[in-house]
Amino acid sequence: MKPPSGGFMLSDAMTDWTPSADLPTLRARAALLAALRGFFAARGVLEVETPLLSSHATVDRHIDSFRTADGRWLQTSPEFAMKRLLCAGSGPIWQVCRVFRREESGRHHNPEFTMLEWYRPGFDHQALMGEVAELVVALAAALGRPLGDGMERLSYREAFRRHLGLDPFSAGIPQIRAALAATGHDAGDLGGDDRDIWLDVAMSLAVGPRLGLEAPCFLYDFPASQAALARIRRDDPPVAERFELFWRGTELANGFHELGDAAEQRRRFEAEQAWRREQGREVPPYDRNLVAALAAGLPDCAGVALGLDRLLMLLLGKDSLAEVLAFDSGRA
Amino acid sequence: MATVSTNEMKAGTKLLIDGDPYSVIDNEYRKPGKGQATNTLKIRNLKTGRVLEKTLKSGDTIEVADVEDKDMQYLYNDGEFWTFMDPKSFEQIQAGKAAMADSAQWLKGEETVRVTLWNEVPLIVYAPNTVELAVTETDPGLRGDTATGGTKPAKLETGAIVKVPLFITEGEKIKVDTRTGEYLNRAGK
Repeated sequence: MKPPSGGFMLSDAMTDWTPSADLPTLRARAALLAALRGFFAARGVLEVETPLLSSHATVDRHIDSFRTADGRWLQTSPEFAMKRLLCAGSGPIWQVCRVFRREESGRHHNPEFTMLEWYRPGFDHQALMGEVAELVVALAAALGRPLGDGMERLSYREAFRRHLGLDPFSAGIPQIRAALAATGHDAGDLGGDDRDIWLDVAMSLAVGPRLGLEAPCFLYDFPASQAALARIRRDDPPVAERFELFWRGTELANGFHELGDAAEQRRRFEAEQAWRREQGREVPPYDRNLVAALAAGLPDCAGVALGLDRLLMLLLGKDSLAEVLAFDSGRA
Repeated sequence: MATVSTNEMKAGTKLLIDGDPYSVIDNEYRKPGKGQATNTLKIRNLKTGRVLEKTLKSGDTIEVADVEDKDMQYLYNDGEFWTFMDPKSFEQIQAGKAAMADSAQWLKGEETVRVTLWNEVPLIVYAPNTVELAVTETDPGLRGDTATGGTKPAKLETGAIVKVPLFITEGEKIKVDTRTGEYLNRAGK
């Protein structure tokens, strides 16, 4: 068969070229971004842009980066560059940008997504939770879907006690597995002898899905073994000054009272690299610029990253990320 | 041995777990921002029909079960086995009671049925969703009692017993939904 003019082939016609989101949703997305800029402008927080491509990458054991043909890395979060700005004296800053993670697509996952990230010198994680709540309320109002401002704050420990009947700081692996089985979840030997993986699985299957079913809910003070880039408070047991925001069982944001100790930061990077090496995983170079900047001095601050696509999805009452992305990964 | 990774397990993928064949119903990917990614599968055991949930570490692989669905023609039953024929190859296979389960009572011969084969042995035989069968035995209906929606048992030509409206008489053909075992309507002459 002779192709029609313009080289248009039958196989081209059979591909689904249409957007995965409808037009009203794309308008809501634009309104969300406008409201975001208004919110931070009114508070004197500076909007910044940082590189998407970097010569370093995250070494977090559970986050894999895309590597480019020239040996650089696509960012999985703007965190390192933004902290370097803070160390250079930027004051409070925010950014909305695309981030890229090498992971499966799913109902609530797309390998590239829109991240909102901001940093507040002088705030701790509790103070920043207050501002996250104000932001979510402001954005909901901007989309004509008002929310009450009563958002529950639940410690990680209390959440596990309430929904799984165990203390995540002291429970052993057999106890976590038994509690999972008792709530109808079969995870086989998924976590092996890694207690943190069992806690992750318990969070994913049994605790997280029950959080924030009415209004959004904050989870705070994580086990020190899950500190990521948060400060550790020397309580008994020690806790990471980290929080997450859940709404209708979906994780929306992750924040820290930020670690400012350069030596401790380097130790954590090296520990993640060692774990990756041991597991036969890719070992990217950690960000030496960040460690150098911390050595020069990070102001005491808290920072948070919020998945904007997920927030839009929940605000609009949609079921999947694809419905709020112009083109999801299957159509990208 | 063919295997599939968690990101290739779609609805309908057949897996071999602990020696049993399973069909994937749903696969939910979950990944905490800072934690271990998992895939929670909803799977049906094709031998027992039981549905269960199983969570794997993302990236794990499972052996594929050699399961296929085939449309075959029902030939006859010798009292122990039901014989089916592949209309393309004319190859014949035999299914036992376990594979037939409730389907046997709806088959009278020559209809096309879907057969799920595991390692080429019939695992499940699905009767057509609806069948038209003649009523061989039923009590005479009570005249004038059609409006109340009352029912009575009727025996069909295959031996199946279904509840039918009171106005159905012996010798009539009726249409039945085999998935629910319910009477649908009088079949056309």
